[in-house]
Amino acid sequence: MFLKEYIKEVYSAVKSLLVGMRRTGYYFTHHKEIITQQYPDNRATLHLPERFKGEVVMPHDNNNEHRCTGCTACELACPNGTIKVVTKFDVTPEGKKKKAVDKLVYHLELCTMCNLCVEACPSDAIKMAQTFEHSVYDRNMLTKILNNPGSKIMEGVE
Amino acid sequence: MVETIGNTAEGNMIINVGPQHPATHGVLHLVITINGETIQKVEPHLGYIHRSIEKMCESLTYRQFIYVTSRMDYLSAHINNHACALCVEKGLQIEVPTRAQYIRVIMDELTRIASHELWWGAMAMDLGAFTPFFHAFRERESINDIMEETCGARLTMNYMVPGGVMQDIHPDFQRKVKAFIQQFKSKFSEYNEMVTGNIIFQNRMKQVGVLSAEDAISYGCSGPAARGSGVSCDIRKIYPYEIYNTLEFEEVLETGGDSFARYMVRLNEMHQSIKIIEQLIDNIPEGDFQAKTKAVLKLPKGEFYQRVETARGELGVYIVSEGGTTPYRIKFRSPGFSNLSVLDHIARGSKLGDLVAMMGTLDLVIPDIDR
Ligand code: SF4
Ligand code: SF4
Repeated sequence: MFLKEYIKEVYSAVKSLLVGMRRTGYYFTHHKEIITQQYPDNRATLHLPERFKGEVVMPHDNNNEHRCTGCTACELACPNGTIKVVTKFDVTPEGKKKKAVDKLVYHLELCTMCNLCVEACPSDAIKMAQTFEHSVYDRNMLTKILNNPGSKIMEGVE
Repeated sequence: MVETIGNTAEGNMIINVGPQHPATHGVLHLVITINGETIQKVEPHLGYIHRSIEKMCESLTYRQFIYVTSRMDYLSAHINNHACALCVEKGLQIEVPTRAQYIRVIMDELTRIASHELWWGAMAMDLGAFTPFFHAFRERESINDIMEETCGARLTMNYMVPGGVMQDIHPDFQRKVKAFIQQFKSKFSEYNEMVTGNIIFQNRMKQVGVLSAEDAISYGCSGPAARGSGVSCDIRKIYPYEIYNTLEFEEVLETGGDSFARYMVRLNEMHQSIKIIEQLIDNIPEGDFQAKTKAVLKLPKGEFYQRVETARGELGVYIVSEGGTTPYRIKFRSPGFSNLSVLDHIARGSKLGDLVAMMGTLDLVIPDIDR
């Protein structure tokens, strides 16, 4: 009796194993459903969604002008001190002093890509870029100045 | 892998599993007393991934602290963020727009499916079957793509903000979710073919790590770990938040209490999540995705508590506010901690090889246990 049960169990175990193996075998012989991406060979065709949060950047237009007013809202919104806004005072043609951004220092190594700074910016001066290959040999290279050298604020941005 | 550190008087032996061990899925350190192959005692040692999240939150504002909680149970990042957002909304009495509520619930359920997919693959891998892992990741990848498109990240999305969600859904969102539902339904039979129906697998799960309903309650278990023992504890049913009370879904219960029962609860929960998403995906109402909130949030003086059902069980967020811009104290009640505490109880007397099955079906995520 025990032996009969035992053999039956072995038989059903092998059978259930074969059912699973059939599925594996099906995929082994049907290659059309390949979902693996051949990174980094597919760099040229790699498409990341436009909302992908890879790095904070400040877009500049052709005249090397950005939209940042130096209001430090992004610095206050950031949870881990990634952004430091260094401000200066520009002199307007009327001779008045006006606060402007000197350097927007961004520490990529601290950034958690939480998007809070982009949400907080009142003048849409910064946005998220889709870059993701951030490794460098020297970590000083991760500290970036987001506004281009010699750039100034766009006309009409308050 | 397993290292002998000493023999005790009665022929017992103490061995260490972890903190770097593939079966613990994280930096969990188990000190196990064995006699031959039989487990006498399991002592979990924590602290290897303590990041002091609760203390960190005290220095962050009510908008900022939410992103940190993605790093607790990283597989339920959305649901953790949701709990925090709900708690802040409770304190400020913000009315969340219906559209945002719909989006939040869909995202929560997608997260739950993704988490259970990963658990299923990892669980089968622990028990010696490697292929299921890739099958699980095929489905999970579809969810991650949806998340990436709408939230901008695949794992730590930080998509929930007090008052709603950060951005509106991507125009392609509904189509992709429906495509995922189709994919899930057509592929799900494979899961049963490959793993659930396998006798070898069943023999390793059934009557292994039996947890009675009384013990599940007294140890404070929640989520699938408790529902496998027949304890009804789904927060979505008992304390409904958002629009869960208007939805039709069942709380999955099994009465076996063994590893196989917990396994079946999770498999069936994926179906219930699909059912919830199907009810919502075509009916997302028009409107705002975020309520108007002040730039600086200040919670009134007092204490606020909110619980949600994550993929692992009940997560509680407790905020004590002194009326300022940062919380005075934050405490998280994480499901993994209570579920881990039951491991010693269910493992005693069983064989060392079965420990993997028990840990697998408790679905431990170490950063959630050790915040
Ligand atoms: S994305 Fe988050 S962490 Fe990074 S700079 Fe912006 S606010 Fe700071
Ligand atoms: S980037 Fe935006 S928020 Fe930051 S200083 Fe410039 S204008 Fe202000």
